[in-house]
Amino acid sequence: MADKMQFDLVSPERKLASLEVDSVMIPGAEGDMVAMPNHAPVLTTLRPGYISATNGTEVTEYLVTGGFAEVSATGATVLAEQAIPKSEVTKEVLQEFLDKAKVELEAAAEHHQSELARRVAEHDELLIRHGA
Amino acid sequence: MANLKDLKTRIDSVKSTRKITKAMQMVAAAKLRRAQESAEAARPYAERMNAVLGNLAQGAAESDNAPRLLRGTGADKVHLLIVATSERGLCGGFNSSIAKLARVHANDLIETGNTVKIVTIGKKGRDQLKRDFGDYMIDHVDMSEVKRLGYTHAADIAKGVLSRFDADEFDVATVFYSKFISVVVQEPTAQQLIPASFDAQEASSVVYDYEPDENEILDDLLPRSVATQIFTALLENGASEQGARMSAMDNATRNAGEMIDKLTIEFNRSRQAAITNELIEIISGAEAL
Repeated sequence: MADKMQFDLVSPERKLASLEVDSVMIPGAEGDMVAMPNHAPVLTTLRPGYISATNGTEVTEYLVTGGFAEVSATGATVLAEQAIPKSEVTKEVLQEFLDKAKVELEAAAEHHQSELARRVAEHDELLIRHGA
Repeated sequence: MANLKDLKTRIDSVKSTRKITKAMQMVAAAKLRRAQESAEAARPYAERMNAVLGNLAQGAAESDNAPRLLRGTGADKVHLLIVATSERGLCGGFNSSIAKLARVHANDLIETGNTVKIVTIGKKGRDQLKRDFGDYMIDHVDMSEVKRLGYTHAADIAKGVLSRFDADEFDVATVFYSKFISVVVQEPTAQQLIPASFDAQEASSVVYDYEPDENEILDDLLPRSVATQIFTALLENGASEQGARMSAMDNATRNAGEMIDKLTIEFNRSRQAAITNELIEIISGAEAL
């Protein structure tokens, strides 16, 4: 069973998913990455986007808004601030996230602004892609 | 000897009190189970977060460009005490023990010439600390509207704390809450939030690749960790509150039971005395004829 890995998705409130998978696609802060079994240990922060875990032909997808992921040889753990199954994602949900990010950007101190502006842009992109 | 009717009313009133405390105990037991479940569900996230941060912080703590949340402001003059208590009473010593710990801590700090600022979460703690430390209180978080504690509540509190930190309003932040150990034991605890401290032994030996680099990850994670720690504290508090209430109400129910027994004995004695009295009167009346 060396070609399977453990995938855990944890939010602050509870464990959302824990399954055996072939690979996981993670929306890392510096670009998407696919983690497969025996991946070198990596720690990355997340940008808003979709996580997709593939097991055979079965694909499970979650929308995450931020957090970080820890990948090791035996598995991947994603600690997401908020995660929603893709089937439950609607335009309204995305719009709400975008609005929230915008509000945060306006309220933020100067040295956080570039980072938050990037978040707004990322949420914007998610919304556009959802419509397409 | 007390009047029979008075005794009867007293017994009835204690009985209804016992019914109420019994009901409260059962409600607390049900709520305790829920609170414990959510505290347990939140544990994996908090543990993971701590492990990762412990790992990262070890390397970064020595460097000069470590994030301020880890390094501190370089001073420890102004202390922010975040005192988390409940919104409702009737839960034994739960609120008092947290308030007491905070009070001792605050007095120590003031005596050694530090400045203290207090933020309270929950009405009961504010009420207890208001008299002694009213002047130091800078904020209060009202949780009475919160039905089910969510991460967003903790995140909002954390945001407030962090913006104060950014504005240089304090150097050290400590949160006071009650750790849930068992239904009968809750331990009031003080935990330092800022500058962040982690157990060194939690660090694992695996060498990670970091993306982006360590400091950027730390910048991103430390604020989250503050929110997570507050969230954990609030969850523990929730479970402790219900546990404390449960045992307090259990005690109250038992006390009421004892009181009823005692009153019933007294009632029976008085009734018997009254009957004996009446008999004596009748007999002596009959004899006189």
